[in-house]
Amino acid sequence: MSAVPETAARQPRAWPGAYGDEARPRVGFFTDTSVCIGCKACEVACKEWNRVHDSIQGFSGSSYDNTLALGANTWRHVAFIEQRKPAALDGEAAADSLVQLAARRQLADEAGVETHEGEGIRWLMSSDVCKHCTEAACLDVCPTGALFRTEFGTVVVQEDVCNGCGYCVPACPFGVLDRREGDGRVWKCTLCYDRLRDDQEPACAKACPTDSIQFGELDELRERADARLAELHAAGQGEALLYGADPGDGVGGFGAFFLLLDEPEVYGLPPDPVAATRRIGGVWSAVGAAAAALAAGIAAAFLGGRR
Amino acid sequence: MSARDRDGGRRREGGERTMVPRAEPRSYYGRPVIKEPVWTWQIPIYLFSGGLGGASAGLAYLAERAGNDELARNAWAVSLGGMAVSPLMLISDLGRPLRFLNMLRVLKVTSPMSVGSWLLAATGGAVAAAAADAWMGRLPRLSRGARPAAALAGMPLSTYTGALLASTAVPVWGEARRELPFVFAGGAAASAGAAATALTSARNAGPARRLALLGAAAELAATRAMERRLGALAEPYRRGAAGALSRLATALTAGGAGLLAGGGRRSRGAPALAGAGMIVAGALAERWAIFRAGFQSAADPGYTVGPQRERVRRGESEGAERRAPARGTQAYPAAGSQ
Ligand code: SF4
Ligand code: SF4
Repeated sequence: MSAVPETAARQPRAWPGAYGDEARPRVGFFTDTSVCIGCKACEVACKEWNRVHDSIQGFSGSSYDNTLALGANTWRHVAFIEQRKPAALDGEAAADSLVQLAARRQLADEAGVETHEGEGIRWLMSSDVCKHCTEAACLDVCPTGALFRTEFGTVVVQEDVCNGCGYCVPACPFGVLDRREGDGRVWKCTLCYDRLRDDQEPACAKACPTDSIQFGELDELRERADARLAELHAAGQGEALLYGADPGDGVGGFGAFFLLLDEPEVYGLPPDPVAATRRIGGVWSAVGAAAAALAAGIAAAFLGGRR
Repeated sequence: MSARDRDGGRRREGGERTMVPRAEPRSYYGRPVIKEPVWTWQIPIYLFSGGLGGASAGLAYLAERAGNDELARNAWAVSLGGMAVSPLMLISDLGRPLRFLNMLRVLKVTSPMSVGSWLLAATGGAVAAAAADAWMGRLPRLSRGARPAAALAGMPLSTYTGALLASTAVPVWGEARRELPFVFAGGAAASAGAAATALTSARNAGPARRLALLGAAAELAATRAMERRLGALAEPYRRGAAGALSRLATALTAGGAGLLAGGGRRSRGAPALAGAGMIVAGALAERWAIFRAGFQSAADPGYTVGPQRERVRRGESEGAERRAPARGTQAYPAAGSQ
């Protein structure tokens, strides 16, 4: 890998500075959802490589998604969205789901009626993961130092330090971490820290057959994403957008960012995430002012008599 | 596709927006965006006991300085009680309780829980020394420094819990970051004053009773200010368990203060005792309401997405979404459709 680039962009607090010569270039993922086929190879590869516990939840009824969310036992999660595009159809209202569409087709087949392909239904698929934020609220609030910034600029939990206080769980603006039942500690994507140290790419990126998950140095991924966005816009996909690709956002830019084909909330992602610990200065001021008010109140209570 | 998405979504064709009004924020099958906290019943009790113990230390120290020894002794005892309960609650809520000492591995100002652990350890030790001296005459030398230290550390210990909740992505906590410390300060003063009033003879209970009334008024006012700040986000405080607890807290605090103000001065009679008990219960209920409201607001994606989408619409977002390619970026040559 090349040397750590000198860049004026916002950097994580403990990277590269804290590592000196041992710092490695900051790496991450660019997940281009426009080519995701929803095969879930990433989910499986992640589970196998990291020996993540099973998370069988039964049949959800939410399209092909039975994993539903990231958590202690799900470090890659493929979302499936069935969407009705406002394509005009011959007088008939568009189907609301693929199941409905299939039922209609069958009915039409039986009745010998001619149908049209597509019918304005589209499928969005996206493989979600920990964002390895530049300003990671989970890491900032962790009272034990279990969550730390690696020499690759990624965010990892040390399982031998975490005491399961659970503070990081609601601190993450993306709902990535969770406490593992029966274990008591929190778990999340490590961006395959062990593989990185052996100069291997993370298991999910390796397994992805369409290169929807691209691994690499963050600066280079950002350039690649910009070119892909331009390409899609040129091809008439004006709704394509980059999510988390810029260092100016509320978490200082994602280490793992996305190209989406609809608003982030449609994929279960927050449209304007902000690391709450960004405002810690103001919060401590309020705590100090309230403590002073409390002291003043106690003192004032002694102004009257004893009775 | 979720029902919300279907009905409320803004439709777009070839990059152009059609102005379909949006009824509700869009979501992924109505599932939450952030995780609910994993904290259980111990945490609202901790929010209460830390405030009770911290404010009682301040009350005890000033009573001592004023020569009111009965009040001082009782307030030190209450403070010690709060300091004993707090770590038990915190430790038993950990996923790995035996690793509680890992809290003192580091001190991080970005982590209110880290700062709070150190504050709790310091205040707890100082209060133990002060109470030992006040009740048994033990450790007089140590307690000379410990008493003011306990009083001093007890103040932020009572209010930092506001920062603890506010430094999360939970909508009703994060957006109330300016008011939460004041709600907790009010509740701490109210419960410390009321507990000491109940234990102390009327002859010496004046400062404690006034602190209870002052604290109750402050708690009620700060809670109202918090709900005003939250605006539409205050809805969880009117619904479900949080709504019931919030109404209960207001009734207990206001009713208790009324009883204490009316009947308290003459004796340690039934009305005053009942009033004090209600104020203490009110402070606990208020913390439980805040705790539950946090869970309710985390569970509904609308509370997370709604305000954020609103910021985007007003052009005030931090800009996680970018729709245009960076200037000067070329599409891959292979795609050259233009
Ligand atoms: S996405 Fe959440 S868990 Fe991942 S680094 Fe950011 S704050 Fe931490
Ligand atoms: S649960 Fe573990 S990783 Fe999360 S904040 Fe607590 S100690 Fe840190």
